Amino acid sequence: MDTAHEETTTLTEPKKTTTVSGSVALLEGLIAEGTDTIFGYPGGAIMPIYDALYDYKEKLQHILVRHEQGGTHAGQGYARTSGKVGVVFATSGPGATNLVTGLADAQIDSTPMVCITGQVFAHLLGTDAFQETDVINITTPVTKWNYQVTDANEIPAVLAKAFYIARSGRPGPVLIDITKNAQLQMFEYEGYTPCEHIRSYRPKPLIRKEYIEQAAALINGAKKPFILFGQGVLLGSAEQEFKAFVEKSGIPAAWTILGAGAIPTDHPLNVGMLGMHGNYGPNVQTNSCDVLIAIGMRFDDRVTGRLDKYAKQAKVIHLDIDPAEIDKNVKADVPVWGDCKETLPLLTALVDQKAHTEWVNEFRAFDKTELETVIHPELNPESGELTMGEVINKLNELTKGDAVIVTDVGQHQMVACRYAKFNQTRSNVTSGGLGTMGFGLPAAIGAKFGAPERTVVAIIGDGGFQMTCQELGTIMQSGVDVKIMILNNRFLGMVRQWQQLFHEKRYSFVDITSPDFVKLADSYYIAGKKVSEREDLVAALEEMLNHKGSYLLEVMVAKEHNVFPMVPQGSSVSEIRLK
Amino acid sequence: MSNSNEIEITGKQEFTITVYTENRIGILNRIAIIFSRRKINIESLNTSPSEIEHIHRFNILIHETEEVVRKLARQIEKQVEVLKVYYNTNEDIIWQEMALYKVPTDTIAEKVSVERLLRENGARAVVIRKDYTVFETTGHREETDKLIEVLQPYGLIEFVRSARVAIIKDSEGFNRKLREFERREPGEEVIENEFLDKEKNVFSM
Repeated sequence: MDTAHEETTTLTEPKKTTTVSGSVALLEGLIAEGTDTIFGYPGGAIMPIYDALYDYKEKLQHILVRHEQGGTHAGQGYARTSGKVGVVFATSGPGATNLVTGLADAQIDSTPMVCITGQVFAHLLGTDAFQETDVINITTPVTKWNYQVTDANEIPAVLAKAFYIARSGRPGPVLIDITKNAQLQMFEYEGYTPCEHIRSYRPKPLIRKEYIEQAAALINGAKKPFILFGQGVLLGSAEQEFKAFVEKSGIPAAWTILGAGAIPTDHPLNVGMLGMHGNYGPNVQTNSCDVLIAIGMRFDDRVTGRLDKYAKQAKVIHLDIDPAEIDKNVKADVPVWGDCKETLPLLTALVDQKAHTEWVNEFRAFDKTELETVIHPELNPESGELTMGEVINKLNELTKGDAVIVTDVGQHQMVACRYAKFNQTRSNVTSGGLGTMGFGLPAAIGAKFGAPERTVVAIIGDGGFQMTCQELGTIMQSGVDVKIMILNNRFLGMVRQWQQLFHEKRYSFVDITSPDFVKLADSYYIAGKKVSEREDLVAALEEMLNHKGSYLLEVMVAKEHNVFPMVPQGSSVSEIRLK
Repeated sequence: MSNSNEIEITGKQEFTITVYTENRIGILNRIAIIFSRRKINIESLNTSPSEIEHIHRFNILIHETEEVVRKLARQIEKQVEVLKVYYNTNEDIIWQEMALYKVPTDTIAEKVSVERLLRENGARAVVIRKDYTVFETTGHREETDKLIEVLQPYGLIEFVRSARVAIIKDSEGFNRKLREFERREPGEEVIENEFLDKEKNVFSM
């Protein structure tokens, strides 16, 4: 290079400090939003962003996943444990379509995520260009908002809008599709301004005092009030406000699986899990309470069972941030619209300090029955094959309820949710609404990045594990410390259970064979062990938990074991079966 | 027009949903899939700029029960770029559809008195050429249908009808509301569809 040329470069330099590429503006924006970790996978149409990322390695940690679906679940796990927005990168075409399952999962479970996809050059849109797919239209039903950027000038404002939408109100996934020309385009960057208001978007409905007053009056007059709480308490960071409300009102409270941990498992007013495989008392008592107070939950069909026989005797108070949830499934007598972090203290101030001792004791009576018929045999079998419940129970004893428990989907998930002990919030990471098999392993990776100081245990079935087991590669390469526990019953257990109970034991394609999981882990340089005997279980769990780094423990459990109690589909919650 | 017998039997009737949105690519799809996901047919759809610059107004006509319509309205209003949703029965609105009819000029001229035809059907001729004439009429469905019947024997070549456009009788327009939306903390003004039915003590929109 000759000197004259160098001089020209120097002369234009002051201007270059504000002229950046769309890709650089994107990364600067992510940093401004507090992003520290990105889960992603490069490809042709997102290469300019990855090229820019090369110079941001110090500020932005990029975790190379093995499949974009794994990236989305990792982003979800990260968001769930950290409370921050999960960020995922993928390329156009197949990269983008691989995000769909994770987006749908995040949408139905209200998980804040910002996914960035590369797209073909703007002039090629609609030409069936290589790796072109209409990702905006494909993802419209599974995103809270999405937007295609074709000009770099839009990037800072669109990213700001994306983060604001993803994390505010009822959170959810947002996707930004950026054409390659916009990633490359140099433009005058004026810095990043976070978004605080969108005129067409009201994240929080107005709080109406009269509804708070009506709710308090109903609660104060109730003889048998009952609280149902969901993830809204966690999403609103309202755990303290919730606890204060429960303790002052003295009302027994039961949780949906996404609400688990909002108050500790052993809190005296925590009466257990709702729904199809929930506890006996909470399900039956739903149909005998006089006032039902639903907080940040959406009356999913797996929680309500048959709707026309659901809590018909009760007055319903529904606290929710999303007006579309009020009256959607269960008619509310008093709707308390708003963020429960704001509405709960208002309600707490108006409710009487009470102890519904007799009413709470009714729950205890149901607990006793459930303990004798279901829980005790599940957790303390003296002979026969290992049960899933006893594995979780032993794990509880060792983690003391301080671990983050990530589950996949199926029998092990229901057992883990039923029996895992949670001392603190943001400890139960599971795919609730969508029921995504394959969620567990990648979500656990993200969960650990979101809460690096905590022990993360992924509990996964032999079926679900094989859906995303390539993410062992992500664990290997990133060095993340995840304890993986495969509960292997050699069946697609939940479907088998239904086939046994409702299809005359016609086991249609639920028999699944597996590779040697320990050898598989070993090939990824991950330590592991397999146990099938009761006397080896505790030592194996200890070894897993004490191991420095990731560890895979395969536990051989009873082949044909059913999860009970169970509210059969189409039955009322009070028709819950204990066997 | 809604049939009162039918309302009694199925609970379904015609509802006109009015949606104010930002003028943004893709919002039509976001709104349309709220209906298609629930397997609800859109009978007619009109979208055009509203009385306010950059804000579009959708008129969507469906045949459903009020409960379903209320839930749909909430789902539509939840979309980030939607400002406000109203739903109304036919009693609450003034509505019109516009129709165009193309007929051969010679038959019309020879066999019927064009003038009588126009007067009787509230139509007007938009274009008169040697080979064809285009009539236009506006009105309710039955009225525009009637002119098809009238013109059919004279060799109706082509017919097209617009979607329903509707004005809400009680509406004060959107200007004042928009100012509320533009504030950081919207006031009561933006939420007016919610109330507690004191009699039944049941919440409804």
